[in-house]
Amino acid sequence: MTPAIEVQQVHKRFGAVHALTGVDLRIEPGEFFGLLGPNGAGKTTLISILAGLARADSGTLSVMGHDVGRDYRLARRALGVVPQELVFDPFFTVRETLLIQSGYFGLRDNEAWVDEIIERLDLKDKAHANMRQLSGGMKRRVLVAQALVHKPPVIILDEPTAGVDVELRQGLWRFVRELNQAGHTIVLTTHYLEEAEALCGRIAMLKQGRVVALDTTRNLLRGVSGVRVRVRLSPNRLPNSVLGKLASEDGDSRVLALECFAEIEMVLAELRGGDIEVLELEVLQIDLEDVFVQMMHRH
Amino acid sequence: MIVESGFSTLLYKELLRFWKVSFQTIAAPILTSLLYLLIFSHALEARVQVYPGVAYKAFLVPGLAMMALLQNAFANSSSSLIQSKITGNIIFVLLTPLTPAQTFLAYMFAAVVRGVVVGAGVLAVTAWFVHLPVSNVLWVCIFALLGGGILSAMGIIAGIWADKFDQLAAFQNFIIIPLTFLAGVFYSVQSLPPFWQAASHLNPFFYMVDGFRYGFFGIGDVAPGVSLAVVASCLLGLSALCLKLLQTGYKLRH
Repeated sequence: MTPAIEVQQVHKRFGAVHALTGVDLRIEPGEFFGLLGPNGAGKTTLISILAGLARADSGTLSVMGHDVGRDYRLARRALGVVPQELVFDPFFTVRETLLIQSGYFGLRDNEAWVDEIIERLDLKDKAHANMRQLSGGMKRRVLVAQALVHKPPVIILDEPTAGVDVELRQGLWRFVRELNQAGHTIVLTTHYLEEAEALCGRIAMLKQGRVVALDTTRNLLRGVSGVRVRVRLSPNRLPNSVLGKLASEDGDSRVLALECFAEIEMVLAELRGGDIEVLELEVLQIDLEDVFVQMMHRH
Repeated sequence: MIVESGFSTLLYKELLRFWKVSFQTIAAPILTSLLYLLIFSHALEARVQVYPGVAYKAFLVPGLAMMALLQNAFANSSSSLIQSKITGNIIFVLLTPLTPAQTFLAYMFAAVVRGVVVGAGVLAVTAWFVHLPVSNVLWVCIFALLGGGILSAMGIIAGIWADKFDQLAAFQNFIIIPLTFLAGVFYSVQSLPPFWQAASHLNPFFYMVDGFRYGFFGIGDVAPGVSLAVVASCLLGLSALCLKLLQTGYKLRH
């Protein structure tokens, strides 16, 4: 089957900075794929190259089998991109913006679909408002709508919920999930790891321009070793023998990173030996944040 | 093919962009040209005779119309591109399947339309004050369109090249305005000393203004065929440069 996105040995430099160092990725049609990494990992660079906003120094990239350089017109027709920056054209209303964007793709008589997107993204009341008059969240919705006007089979959302309120975020994810269920391939970058964990079937993690982890979300979660335990103690201190296991502190509770469940008993023994009472103990579920932190430290 | 695939939308969007602020993009330059006419003709009418039998006021009008046309054609494409680049909304064009040729032609045609509308507006408004003969309307149209095309292309180049508004202003103030003012808008180059006459002949703007004026009076400083050759060559050269910049993604695609 033709992959929705295929990236092979892509390198990109910006002066002395090696933004992408031989990235390989293959995303199948219909996937909900997460692209994670710290700032500067190369996520936006990779998306920019896929979208034609930047050019790779070497390597090949394709969208729905169309090379983004050679067959750029077909590749761009197959791709909708929601950019990270909150950009808009201040000369136009919401509806004009969407009809113009649709026209760029050669789609005339697209008003029914444009009106449907306006309705679905809750923009109906603002359809005839100038873009300048919209709040940040509303502008973000218009960016999503602009990416969808030409009904692309592949949709890339680059940090779409940055600075967006909870209600809009939830509405947006409901809509994106429906698009995915309708067969659209979704590629998501986000700093909200709980979002990626809840939505993405597969995740790639980038660090310093290379893929350091690529697997299903479930396998990535399984692959994290160890146990995390949150404790509240009285007196609120740790014996020296346990200090090395302290992962984080939040007020009077501490999170300990242990290698296995059996180590819990050892820690409790140390606490008892130090006359420290355990007021609360909670075994934490491993989440994507743990995977992320571990991957970033490992590589 | 061009129309089917988004060119017409980009053209429409560029037209709509300047039309929405037409007070600033059309009315203001027409008023400025009218003020030039009133002030210069009041100061120089009795003292300057450029062509035999042609009043200075009448001589001035085609030059002012062409100057307004050229400056507004430049302003349209350059300001659209620099604004889009600085605000970031240029990506809405870059993400589409528009080809470099479609992008270039859409920006150029829209800029030519604005230039021609302003130039025609200057002619229409000044018709209240000056009777202007039209010797050959074809030359008028040819030089209006080609001149507008050249300045549109220069606007595209400047808009792509400039990273900041002050760089664009420098391009306009140090290249466009001097070349326009020294193109014989307010005088005939025949009245200049030999050195400056020769220098004027190196200025492509001179041929646009002279050819345009020839269409009205049937008199020019050089033959209209020569002006046409120079102007057409400049347009071809600048168009090729624009296409090259758009194809390579210079300062647009990183």
